[in-house]
Amino acid sequence: MSNNDFEPRIIGFFCNWCTYAAADTAGVSRMRQPSNVDIVRVMCTGRVDPAFVLKAFAQGADGVLVSGCHPGQCHYEKGNLNARRRVTALKPFLEAVGIGRDRLRLEWIAASEAPKVAEVVAEFTETIKRLGPGPFRKKQDDD
Amino acid sequence: MATLIIDGQEVHAKEGQTILEVARENGIDIPTLCYHPVLEPYGACRLCMVEVTRRGRTRLETSCTHPAWDGLEVKTHSPAVMEARKVILGLMLSRCPNVPVIQELAQEYGITEPPYPVEDPDEKCILCGLCVRVCHEMVKADVLNFSQGGIERRVGPPFLEKTRQCIGCGACTIVCPTGAVEIILEQEAVYQEKPLGPTSAIYVPSLQAVPRVPVIDTDVCIRFRQDDRSNGEVADACGACQMLCEADAIDFNQQDEIVELDVGAVIVATGFQMWDPTQLSQYSYGKSPNIITAMEFERLSNAGGLTSGEILLADGRKPERVAIIHCVGSRDHNAHEYCSRICCMYSLKQAHLIRDKTGAEVYEFYMDMRAFGKAYEEFYERIQEEGITMIRGRGAEVEVLPDGKLRVMGEDANLGKLVAADVDMVVLSTAIEAPHDASKVASLFGLSRSPDGFFAEAHPKMRPVETNTDGVFLAGAAQGPKDVPDTVAHAGAAASMALALMDKGEVTISPQTAVVDEKLCSGCKTCVSLCPYTAITFIEEDNVARVNEVLCKGCGTCVAACPASAIVGRHFTDEQILVQIEGLLRATAPVEASAEREKVHE
Repeated sequence: MSNNDFEPRIIGFFCNWCTYAAADTAGVSRMRQPSNVDIVRVMCTGRVDPAFVLKAFAQGADGVLVSGCHPGQCHYEKGNLNARRRVTALKPFLEAVGIGRDRLRLEWIAASEAPKVAEVVAEFTETIKRLGPGPFRKKQDDD
Repeated sequence: MATLIIDGQEVHAKEGQTILEVARENGIDIPTLCYHPVLEPYGACRLCMVEVTRRGRTRLETSCTHPAWDGLEVKTHSPAVMEARKVILGLMLSRCPNVPVIQELAQEYGITEPPYPVEDPDEKCILCGLCVRVCHEMVKADVLNFSQGGIERRVGPPFLEKTRQCIGCGACTIVCPTGAVEIILEQEAVYQEKPLGPTSAIYVPSLQAVPRVPVIDTDVCIRFRQDDRSNGEVADACGACQMLCEADAIDFNQQDEIVELDVGAVIVATGFQMWDPTQLSQYSYGKSPNIITAMEFERLSNAGGLTSGEILLADGRKPERVAIIHCVGSRDHNAHEYCSRICCMYSLKQAHLIRDKTGAEVYEFYMDMRAFGKAYEEFYERIQEEGITMIRGRGAEVEVLPDGKLRVMGEDANLGKLVAADVDMVVLSTAIEAPHDASKVASLFGLSRSPDGFFAEAHPKMRPVETNTDGVFLAGAAQGPKDVPDTVAHAGAAASMALALMDKGEVTISPQTAVVDEKLCSGCKTCVSLCPYTAITFIEEDNVARVNEVLCKGCGTCVAACPASAIVGRHFTDEQILVQIEGLLRATAPVEASAEREKVHE
């Protein structure tokens, strides 16, 4: 498979109050963005269990984007800080098991930052395109 | 209580009053130049001289210093008094021949020319000492005093040199009867007059203020400024307002208070602020006193303002041509992208006021006319019929010409030409923006803000007054630019939302709460420390954690963290989310993978 027609599949865990609302606005405003990110809505990025991220990769996702409110603006005071801790801890593990640390990304996108959603999605899709298909997806495709 | 007779009239005096004070209370006029009600009498000008008869002896006395004793007989305009005053006024006029107040008084006493040789035609000071007394007694700065003696006697700061003791309060210039004291603005320590702002340190914030009570601007008030300079000691300066207030209502010890209230709902109605047009230098705001913002224009045309509602230029002339520039800072990528919504209509109103009050020609530079509200378009039509020149195109630049006139340049899009208008006054319809401390308010209440800086509502169409924080509502321009009818409607909606919330007597909470499966809980207490709402308590006797569902907001942090997977996040359970992930990836997954899963599900 050449990288040109490779369309990454990315799972986005978006917090209900900030990034999900921003993504909603981006959609309503008809902002152009790649359609590679599929969104799973959670109430808070603090809800994102590392198991969800691993499950997504195991199911053949090429990238995972976790995105919520800016530090200090969490609807639940500090759930996003817990998410940051988990993502930081998870990255070396992903590297060690051969998935790669760059396939997981954490971004702060406030409800008012709809253009940033489009920007981050486009940019992350490009990154994943450059990295190529995820290891588990490759296996599925090779079967 | 003393009883005395002034000009044949029996009058009563209180303990400690002087003859002048009693005479004034009873409407008897005695001329004076050196008296001020809040200062100690000094008897310097001698004009208040009266004839006092006591125990059969008659003498000329200064009424400002003579106590109003019982049994006095006072004549304020007897021949002897008139003669004495005439001599004094003759001397004064010879010393200060060109001071209007002395000229007028002298005229009253029949003197038209200085009777003695004039030494300095520019002399204005009559050495009455009002400035010295006000500086000493009220301001407590002790900058001004008399120096030298005899014919050399004069008033000034020590050695007649500039002094840092002077706070530039201007009290001396206000009390000086002859205009002899002048303040020269040259240091930042000197209070810069705000021409269209409050005019004294104590003022009623607006005519419509509720309650209608004056406030003291402590940055300007002499008393507070002197306290600030006195290294913690109470300087006890001025206090003129307190001395003169008959209701005894002025309390300098009043402090700002922090009042704590327990409330069921909060309505955030923090409003807006006017944008500062100096940020767009092409409008030359600040380079000419006749370039004003719309808010300053409102102050100018207000009947309670500086000019009692007359629309005047800085030099007091009536303007003949006025330009109003719309969208200054609005709909502009260099300032705010949004439309401030209220400027079109207030600009039209102001054009009408200018036309009505001064008859001046008015040029309105507008981009689009947004007369969107009820009866607004009709008003716009009426304004056009009043002969106001509408120029479709943003005013691009204001130039201050050497003769003080203002040249407004812009493009008339309808003509497709560049146009310029030379005018006397320019009114800038500046944008409105979120208050500068909106971010503090936002973090206080957990509000988010839309990209324009105003607070974001929960949903732009369906929930325009609610926020994402339960029990916090928005009203008015805090949520976005609004005119008065929209603000009233929005505020009414916010008030009824708050009432509806409180009137129910109970609170509906979201069902998305966490619940601990006590059979699986290992009692590690990880969740207890993570919960931001202290909704999880550890039950020692059962060795399990338990969630208080009223406190739980359902963020799911504890669910993700539980090492035993003993906590379930209702409506966002692990199963629900994992199935979502599977489902999303199955949709585009290779056929084999899907087939495999089908098998599993069979």
